Amino acid sequence: MGERTHKTGQGKPESAGKAVATRDAYGEALLELGRKRSDVVVLDADLSGSTKTGKFAKAFPERFFNLGVSEQDMIGTASGLSLAGKLPFASTFAVFETGRAWEQIRQTVCYSNLNVKLVATHSGVTVGEDGASHQAIEDVALMRVLHNMTVIVPADGNETRQVIHAIAEHYGPVYVRLGRSKVPQVMPDDYTFRIGKAYPFHIGKDANIIAMGIMVSAALDAAEMLKENGIDAGVVNMSTVKPLDTEILLKAVEACGILMTAEEHSVTGGLGGAVSEFLAENHPAKVLRTGIRDDFGCSGTPEELLKLYGLTADDIAKTIREAIS
Amino acid sequence: MKAAVDKPDVSLLKEKARQLRVEILKMLAEAKSGHTGGSLSSADIVAALFFYKMRHKPHDPKWIKRDRFILSKGHAAPVLYAALALSGYFDSSLLKTLRKIGSPLQGHPCSTKLPGVEISTGSLGQGLSIANGIALGLKLDGSGSRVYCLLGDGETQEGQVWEAAMTAAHYKLDNLCAFIDNNGLQIDGHCCDVMHIEPIVNKWEAFGWNVIDIDGHDMKAVVAALNDAETVKGKPTMIVARTVKGKGVSFFEGKVEYHGLAPSREELEMALKELGK
Ligand SMILES: Cc1ncc(C[n+]2csc(CCOP(=O)(O)OP(=O)(O)O)c2C)c(N)n1
Ligand SMILES: [Mg+2]
Repeated sequence: MGERTHKTGQGKPESAGKAVATRDAYGEALLELGRKRSDVVVLDADLSGSTKTGKFAKAFPERFFNLGVSEQDMIGTASGLSLAGKLPFASTFAVFETGRAWEQIRQTVCYSNLNVKLVATHSGVTVGEDGASHQAIEDVALMRVLHNMTVIVPADGNETRQVIHAIAEHYGPVYVRLGRSKVPQVMPDDYTFRIGKAYPFHIGKDANIIAMGIMVSAALDAAEMLKENGIDAGVVNMSTVKPLDTEILLKAVEACGILMTAEEHSVTGGLGGAVSEFLAENHPAKVLRTGIRDDFGCSGTPEELLKLYGLTADDIAKTIREAIS
Repeated sequence: MKAAVDKPDVSLLKEKARQLRVEILKMLAEAKSGHTGGSLSSADIVAALFFYKMRHKPHDPKWIKRDRFILSKGHAAPVLYAALALSGYFDSSLLKTLRKIGSPLQGHPCSTKLPGVEISTGSLGQGLSIANGIALGLKLDGSGSRVYCLLGDGETQEGQVWEAAMTAAHYKLDNLCAFIDNNGLQIDGHCCDVMHIEPIVNKWEAFGWNVIDIDGHDMKAVVAALNDAETVKGKPTMIVARTVKGKGVSFFEGKVEYHGLAPSREELEMALKELGK
């Protein structure tokens, strides 16, 4: 895996022109998958326009099942379809998928280890104006505690597309966390996603930022800013949160004095939680956790909310600068 | 292999139900815990399914053409285990290990531990959605297999059951046939005192189901309802089986306490006598 220097201007990656929402990439990937495999079926709970499963529904109406506003039933139905030998993808907003239907996911999907793919959109505060009721900041924590579950948070559209194809080839329950808003392309064109393999853009000598989802882009921008202060900060895209790539994590923590996690999620139970748990047991180290601290989201534009919750490149850079001085 | 036969031998099925009850009581007494009442009340339904209606191959539990059985009321695991054992999925001696450490016969059915269990259940309200999903998948494949699902009456207080009720009717799942074991009791008492569920028949009809209301201990009626269900097109069927909790053992019948109490040694002896064994 090659290292890559991320060139940025004023906090805007040069590839920003290629920005797509991960949910849009999901819609496209599902179409590709639907053409390739006749066993792929898709379920939604009255949000197919927003989750982008609507594209699949249009192309393959006989393989698309709208369950109406009933997330628990959607998970159960997806489970049944998997028992009948299908490869179900079940989608709705992250807060409803993992929250409302958590027990169905536990009792049916995970306990029986079913080949059900849960792909949820509208995660994190970048949902924006709809506010806290629609902003899942606990979903990774809820899915990560479940035995048999794999948890993946892609950083951009390119990675999302690969994730969807990769999980189709992997047996077992998978949760994929996607977003509503556009994110710049951060992963290199020749990048290949593999479940459980983190991608180190660069391992820094002063600090390393372990990030997931849209925070990978912010972390790369922060690293660029820190370089101007003579601080060598590395960035790792930990897109698979479970199982964690502990090899890369150990490399990152051994290489530098400061380790930070960055997530658009509660620091409790999410990526910060996962990294801290592993390090506490295997390589005790101080972990700076960028994320949401014991709070709910609120209404605002995605940009305003990222600022409000301290999730910008500036916030990351500032925290690292302060930790170093 | 038990294939669906045209002419049901009702007296043989009654004998199978009796044997199921005997095994249920023996395994529960051995385990010293578990759900007696709701296992006994569904014995006739389960006997009709496993020894008459369902096409299945005990030596090939994943046989692609099998009919599927989902025990949504997973606490009635003993009736399922007894039916699997008497069908030949595993040796009956295994029944003694119910609820014991290391046993594939978990307190509630676990599909990854015991072949023949289609899906793990135990958390009420989830089975009908799963049955719907299987029925949808079978339809996609043009399969002639059917899906059977057994719910408790108290269980229908779960909201998800009604989500699934809508789904089955919406997708016209006529390859699905569900039962409600309408024994009138749940843990905290009579369903009508805890949370009214009547009028059951009207509710399911209003949700778009073909509903058959029967005495769930009348083997002829159970068999006839199963056969009728198969002829209905464009609708799922709900067989509302009026049953008695603890059926077959006079001192357990209609007793709310025996929902989750296993028979003692003495009770077992008396019960087996009543059951003619
Ligand atoms: C979701 C859930 N809540 C609670 C329970 C505990 N519980 C086990 S059996 C039962 C009562 C079920 O009554 P009913 O469906 O009528 O079953 P039956 O009378 O056939 O035994 C309850 C509340 C459970 N298993 N699952
Ligand atoms: Mg009952």
